[in-house]
Amino acid sequence: MSATLNELVAIADADPVPWARGQMAFTLAFHIILVPLGVSWAAMTLIANYRAIRHDDRDALLLAQRWSKYMAVTFAVGAVTGTVLSFEFGLLWPKFMGQWGEAFGVPFAFEGLFFFTEAIFLAIYIFGWRRLKPWAHFWTGVPIVLAGIFGSASVVAANAWMNSPSGFTLNSNGDVVDVDPVDVIFNDAMPLQATHMILAAYVVGGFLVASVYAMGMLRGRHDRYHRIGFTIAFSVAAIATPIQMGVGDALARWVYDNQPAKFAAIEMVPETKSDVPETLLGHLNEDGTVSGGIPIPGLASWLSDPSSGTSTTVQGLDSFPADERPTTRQVNVVHLAWDVMVGLGTLLFLLSVWYAVSWIFRRRMPASKWFLRAAACSGVLAVITMEAGWVVTEVGRQPWIVYHHMKVEDAATANTGIWIMTIAVVVIYLALGVTTILVLRGMSRRFRRSGGFTDHDTPYGPSAPPPEDSAAEPEEVVR
Amino acid sequence: MSTTIAVVLMLAVVAYAVFGGADFGAGFWDLIAGGPERGSRPRLVIERAIGPVWEANHVWLIFIFVVLWTAFPEAYASITLTLWVPLAIAALGIVLRGASFAFRKVVVSLRYRRVFGGGFACSSVLVPYCMGAIVGGIASGEVPAGGEAGDPVDSWINPTSVVSGVLAIAVIAYLSAVYLVWDARHQGDADMVEYFRRRAAVAAVVVGAISVVGLFVLHADASHVFDGLKSRALALVVATVLCGAGALLLLVRGAPRGARLLAMLAVASLVASWGAAQWPYLLPESLTVSDAAAPSGTLQAVLVAVVLAVVIVLPGFMLLYVLHQRDLLPEEGVEEADDRAPDRLSS
Repeated sequence: MSATLNELVAIADADPVPWARGQMAFTLAFHIILVPLGVSWAAMTLIANYRAIRHDDRDALLLAQRWSKYMAVTFAVGAVTGTVLSFEFGLLWPKFMGQWGEAFGVPFAFEGLFFFTEAIFLAIYIFGWRRLKPWAHFWTGVPIVLAGIFGSASVVAANAWMNSPSGFTLNSNGDVVDVDPVDVIFNDAMPLQATHMILAAYVVGGFLVASVYAMGMLRGRHDRYHRIGFTIAFSVAAIATPIQMGVGDALARWVYDNQPAKFAAIEMVPETKSDVPETLLGHLNEDGTVSGGIPIPGLASWLSDPSSGTSTTVQGLDSFPADERPTTRQVNVVHLAWDVMVGLGTLLFLLSVWYAVSWIFRRRMPASKWFLRAAACSGVLAVITMEAGWVVTEVGRQPWIVYHHMKVEDAATANTGIWIMTIAVVVIYLALGVTTILVLRGMSRRFRRSGGFTDHDTPYGPSAPPPEDSAAEPEEVVR
Repeated sequence: MSTTIAVVLMLAVVAYAVFGGADFGAGFWDLIAGGPERGSRPRLVIERAIGPVWEANHVWLIFIFVVLWTAFPEAYASITLTLWVPLAIAALGIVLRGASFAFRKVVVSLRYRRVFGGGFACSSVLVPYCMGAIVGGIASGEVPAGGEAGDPVDSWINPTSVVSGVLAIAVIAYLSAVYLVWDARHQGDADMVEYFRRRAAVAAVVVGAISVVGLFVLHADASHVFDGLKSRALALVVATVLCGAGALLLLVRGAPRGARLLAMLAVASLVASWGAAQWPYLLPESLTVSDAAAPSGTLQAVLVAVVLAVVIVLPGFMLLYVLHQRDLLPEEGVEEADDRAPDRLSS
C-alpha cells in the first residue's frame, strides 16, 4: 500500500522537462494543421468570390459562401489553440520567456496586430454575405489574406530567431541589456523560413480542400460545383508546390551554412568528410555507424554546394560535443522526418505536374480515376509533409531552445505538476479534433440537403434571383 | 517609456474586461437561462448579440500576454510560474468556450446544441473566475520578483483572489446584461428587454455589495493596493461609484443607451483603479514597472506595434462595430424547417 503511494507521489513529481516538451510539441502539431486553412483558404475563397461576381457564376458564389462558413469554424478552433500556445510559453517555458522575452517576444507584438486584423475582417466577411454590396464584400476579404501572410511571417520570425538569434546585446551575467527589434525580426533565418511556411500553408490548404472535392467526385458527384471547388484549390497547391521545392532547397543550404549540427542530423553524417552520400531511410547506431538505407553516392555533398560538387565537405556529428548536438535518437527522428518530407513533397510535385500537363495539352483536369484517388490522398499527405518538415527544424535544433545560447532543459518550468495539464490538454484536443471534423462533415451534409441557396442566405441582397437549377447535387436533395 | 507601455497594458486589460468580459457574461446568462424550452428566447438574443464580434474581442487577451512577455518578461515569468494552476484552467476553459460556441452555431439538433451550449456556458464562468483570482494573487503580493515561483496554492486560493474572482463573474454578468438590454431592444423583443433589464439591475447591486466586501478584504490582505485606492486611484474609484450609480438609475428608468455607456465607464474605471492602486508596482511591493521593463529597443518596438494597431486595427474594429450595429452583418442561422431535422453527426 505504501509502496503504491510512494509510486503515486513519484509520478506526481514527474520531471517537468519531457512533459513540457511533449505538451508543446502536441499543441503545436495540432495548431499547425489549422494554420494553412487560416492562411490560404481565405485566398481560395476570394478566387471563387471574384469569379462569382465577375462572371455571374452561381456555383462559384455558393462555393465561396460555404467555404467562408467552414472557415469560420476552423478559424475559431485555430484561434483558441493559438491562444493556448501563448499561455504555454509562460506555463511551460517561463525561464526562456523571462530571459529572452524582450527579444523573442518582439515578432509576436506584430503578429498580434495581424491576427487582430484577420479576426476583424473575417467576421465582417463571414457575416457580410447578405447585406453588403458584392464588390465591397469582396474587398473586406482581402485584408484576411494579407494579414494571414504577414501574421505567419511574424510567428515564423520568432521561430527563426530561435535558430538564428540576433539583435541583442548581453551583459557579463548573460542578461539581455539591449535589443534591436529590426535585427530580431529580420534575423538571418527569417526570410527563407517564413517563405517556406507561407508556401506550405498554400500547398497544404490547397491539397486539403481539393482532396475533399476529389473524394466527392470519386463518389460520383461530377457536377460543376465540385469541379470548380477542386480546380481552384488544386491549382493553388499545384502552383505553390514547385516554388516550395526551390525555397526548401535554398533553406537546406542555409542550414548547411549556419546550423551544421542540424544538417549533419538531416543527412545522417557521423563523421566530417567529402563525397557524402544521400542516404534514404537507414538508421544511425549509438556507436556512430549507419546501418540500412539506400545510399546515393556523393549526392548530399553535391546538393550542399553544387559549385564544388561531390568534393563538398559536410561537417559530421563528431565535430560537435555530445551535449551540443542532437542525440542519436533525435538524429534518427530528424533524418526520417526529412526523408518523409522530401519523399512526400516529391510525390505531391509529380501530382502537380500531372495536373499541369493535362491542363496545358488537353485544357482540362486529368480524367483518370487514379488521378482522383491520388488527389483524394493529397490533403493528408500534405499535412504529413508539413508536420515532418516542422519536426526537422525543431528536433534538429536540439538540445538548444535558443541556438548556442540556451538549452531546452534550462528553459523549462520547474513545476512538477505540469503533467496533469498535459494530460488534460491531450484529452481536450483529441475531443476538439474529432468534433471539428464531425461538425464540418455535418455542415457539408446539411449544405447538400439544402441544395443551393436558401431564401435567407442568398448573397448580396434579396434582389438576386433564386438559382434556377442548382448544380449542387440535385440528386442529393431528392435523397 | 516603461510607464507608457504600462498604461497601454492597462488599457488592453480594460478593453478585454469591457468588450471581452461582456461576451463571457453572456455565457453566464446562457448558463442560468433554464431548460431548453424556457431558455430559448434569452439564448437567441445572446447568440445574435455576440455572434460576429466575439472572435475579435478574444484577441485582447493575446495582446495582453504579448505586451507582458515582451515588455516585462521577468514579471511574465514570475506570474506564469506562480499562478500556473489558474492560468492552465483558464487556457483550457478558453478552448472549451471558443470551440463550443463556434460549434453550437453550426449544429442544429437540440442534443448537440445542449452539449456545446453547456460547454460554452460553464467555461464562460470558469475563465473569468480564474482571471479574477489571478488579479487577486498579483494584487495581494503573492507573486515574487525575479522570475521565481511563489506558493502554487496560496497564490490563488486566498481571500483577495476569491473576492476578485467572484467580483469578476459579477462584473461581466452585469456588463453583459446591460448590453443585452440594448441588443434585445435592437432585435425588437420587448419581453427580453424587460428580462435582461431586471437581471442587470440585480447584478449591479450584487457588484456593489461584493465591492464593499472586497474593500474590507483588501484592507486586511493587500494593504498596498488598499492604500492606493484611497490615494492614487481615488479619482477612479469615485468615477466607478458615480458611473455605476448613474447606470443603475438609467436602467431602472429604462434608458438602455445611456446605461450602456455608463456601465462601460464604470467597469473601465473599476479595472483601471486596480492598476492605479498598484502603481508604481507591476507586482506589488516586489517589482516596479520600471525595474521590470525590457531594454528600450524592445519597448520602442512594442510602441510601434501599438501605433500601427491604432492606425490599422482600430478603423477595422470600428467598421465591424458600425456594420454590426447597422444590421449589415445579419446572422445566417439555419432556419429552414428541413434543416432543423436532426444532424446525423455521428453516423
